[in-house]
Amino acid sequence: MPEGILCNKKPVDTVDQLQALLADKSGKQYYEEMKQLDVNGDALWATLQKTLKSRLRTWLEICAHCGMCADSCFFYLANGRDPEQVPSYKIQSTLGELVRRKGQVDNAFMHYVMDTAWSKCTCCNRCAMYCPFGIDMGVMFGYVRGLCFSQGFVPWELKIGSGMHRIYRAQMDVTTEDWVETCGWMCEEYEEDWPGLEFPVDKPNADIIYTVNAREVKHYPEDLAEAAILFHLAGENWTVPSEGWEETSLAMFAGDWEGCKKQVESVYAAMDRLKPKRMVVTECGHAYRATVIEGPFWAGLKSGRTPVESFHYVEWVAEALRTGKLKIDPSKRIKEPVTYQDSCNYIRNAGLRSCAREIMSYIAEDFREMAPCGEHNFCCGGGGGLNGIGRYREARNVGLKVKRDQILATGAKLVVSPCHNCWDAIRDMEEIYHIGIRWSFLKPLLLKMVVVPEHLRPEE
Amino acid sequence: MYEFVTGPLAIFAFVVFFVGVIWRAIWYIRGLNWQMDRVAYGQNVVYGLKGAIRSIVRWLIPFGTHGWRFYPGFTILVFTFHVCLLVTPVFLLGHNLLLEERWGFRLPSLPEAVADVMTLAVMVAAVFILLRRIALPEVRILTKTYDIVLILIAVAPFLTGFIAYHQLGDYKFWLIAHILCGEIMLVAIPLTKLSHFILFFLSRAQLGMDFGTKRGGMKSSGLPW
Ligand code: SF4
Ligand code: SF4
Ligand code: SF4
Repeated sequence: MPEGILCNKKPVDTVDQLQALLADKSGKQYYEEMKQLDVNGDALWATLQKTLKSRLRTWLEICAHCGMCADSCFFYLANGRDPEQVPSYKIQSTLGELVRRKGQVDNAFMHYVMDTAWSKCTCCNRCAMYCPFGIDMGVMFGYVRGLCFSQGFVPWELKIGSGMHRIYRAQMDVTTEDWVETCGWMCEEYEEDWPGLEFPVDKPNADIIYTVNAREVKHYPEDLAEAAILFHLAGENWTVPSEGWEETSLAMFAGDWEGCKKQVESVYAAMDRLKPKRMVVTECGHAYRATVIEGPFWAGLKSGRTPVESFHYVEWVAEALRTGKLKIDPSKRIKEPVTYQDSCNYIRNAGLRSCAREIMSYIAEDFREMAPCGEHNFCCGGGGGLNGIGRYREARNVGLKVKRDQILATGAKLVVSPCHNCWDAIRDMEEIYHIGIRWSFLKPLLLKMVVVPEHLRPEE
Repeated sequence: MYEFVTGPLAIFAFVVFFVGVIWRAIWYIRGLNWQMDRVAYGQNVVYGLKGAIRSIVRWLIPFGTHGWRFYPGFTILVFTFHVCLLVTPVFLLGHNLLLEERWGFRLPSLPEAVADVMTLAVMVAAVFILLRRIALPEVRILTKTYDIVLILIAVAPFLTGFIAYHQLGDYKFWLIAHILCGEIMLVAIPLTKLSHFILFFLSRAQLGMDFGTKRGGMKSSGLPW
């Protein structure tokens, strides 16, 4: 059986396909079918010839096999310095082999490539900082994921995730109605405590268009309310788009470039439609990476920039604190030791380290850096979609050890983590390793300590 | 024989070397693709250049990056090996005398004793680099015969030159062997992964631009390599 019913080379574009995949609990049948899936070596080779250009080809070719990237990879460290976890080995034994064999590989090999691309690399790009030639395995494994996706070798959850984006323009089955309704509901829920609170949908020419992660809509609607309240307190003229509100991209984790393009184009269309001055993205690392950093290229925007200037939530918070739009009650600052999880996606890969430090200087009295930190920070262990893939749960759990030890070494029991993926990984870490820590996004912390201007207080 | 290896063969080797290196550079730059690489080349040029230069310069300084500082022993080996390997042949008295005789110009020369020590340094560093390859599991797993052969190609001109200079054997034989080895190395530079002679700079510049423009360089003071 070359092409399976569930596992095949076709991306998911219809609700029926999606339902069928979802009905297959933990992808049992899906992975069974994958064992039979044919590899189209000619197509692979054609893609390689067309897309493996000087940058990637040079990286593959000139790698000195020096091993200086070894210690940069948290998987290598977490797995007892297993040589098979050395970044260079991982890429040479997958992409390197694919090129050497001119794409003529078998099913078992593609299984190995898939397992490596998703369970041994979170595309955190840390190794790129440690290689003398600047070889970036995160970029390379992103590319490999695209090859795997085109051949149908993609983890079940991510096949579903990419399908969600293709169908709903969101990582979950949240429709426009669901979204707009949730906004309205959150507004009603909180307007009594926050007189004048608004949740403006599709307001043209606002100063800020705010975009989110579908999880917030589906599972954590309070997060939306908190965002609205903080904008309200800061006196921002803001809005959310009824369509094009989703920033995340499981399609990026899946290597579904077509899906990526569709997703970001929906956001850019909202910008064009509503003409806001700028965009602010919720506390999510990969969402920002996908829509702000990588998205313009998928969408073919030569400038490499989003249609309107875009900011991560930490940039907005830092600015609001700096300009005094939000004021912190000094008596309510965090007294206990607290540390900060630097997300690879918006710190290492987007340069926002100083925003995070600035925020912490306002809200914490005993801020403790992890070592290493900033751009050099280790991945939380759950990036690149790994958090959500059942097949690799064990590998993920092992990978968490590096971050666990980093957190423990700070002595802090509270971890500020303005990134959904990191937040999840740290939550799971506590569940698995019981180290007695708590973790939080910025919004709930800020709400607890922000000064509420007289005129915005509820009447007694 | 001597006439041949220092005449036509030498010219051939130099032509392959120069043409090959230039061709590598052109091939690299032409193969860059803003959309596929997801780097907007040609946009925000000042940031791009700044990123590229930082990325190259930092890595050219011993202990200038986190990576170099993390592996101090290896860093010393790498810099000793590369600096001596590049400097010695260009500023060697013997080479410059030959250059003057054939082409009528010469470069300044190193004192002979210094050149001698540097030649030894290349060889000693190479031995340790090879030992490291075998001793460390994380490097051993990456090592291919090709890697070893390349080190031998790079060291051979130094070993043979050393033997010839000190007349440790049949001078004529070792001199010709030395010249041949040098020519093999010159030809190997563009044709093998020794092309990092030029591609190091291009690859570093490319990643530097990537980080300098798209990945944070415009919102921070630059990636702390
Ligand atoms: S550090 Fe760079 S050159 Fe060295 S093995 Fe790793 S990827 Fe290759
Ligand atoms: S990108 Fe991150 S996870 Fe992947 S090989 Fe490099 S350091 Fe390891
Ligand atoms: S989950 Fe967080 S730490 Fe991990 S790769 Fe993503 S951004 Fe980085």
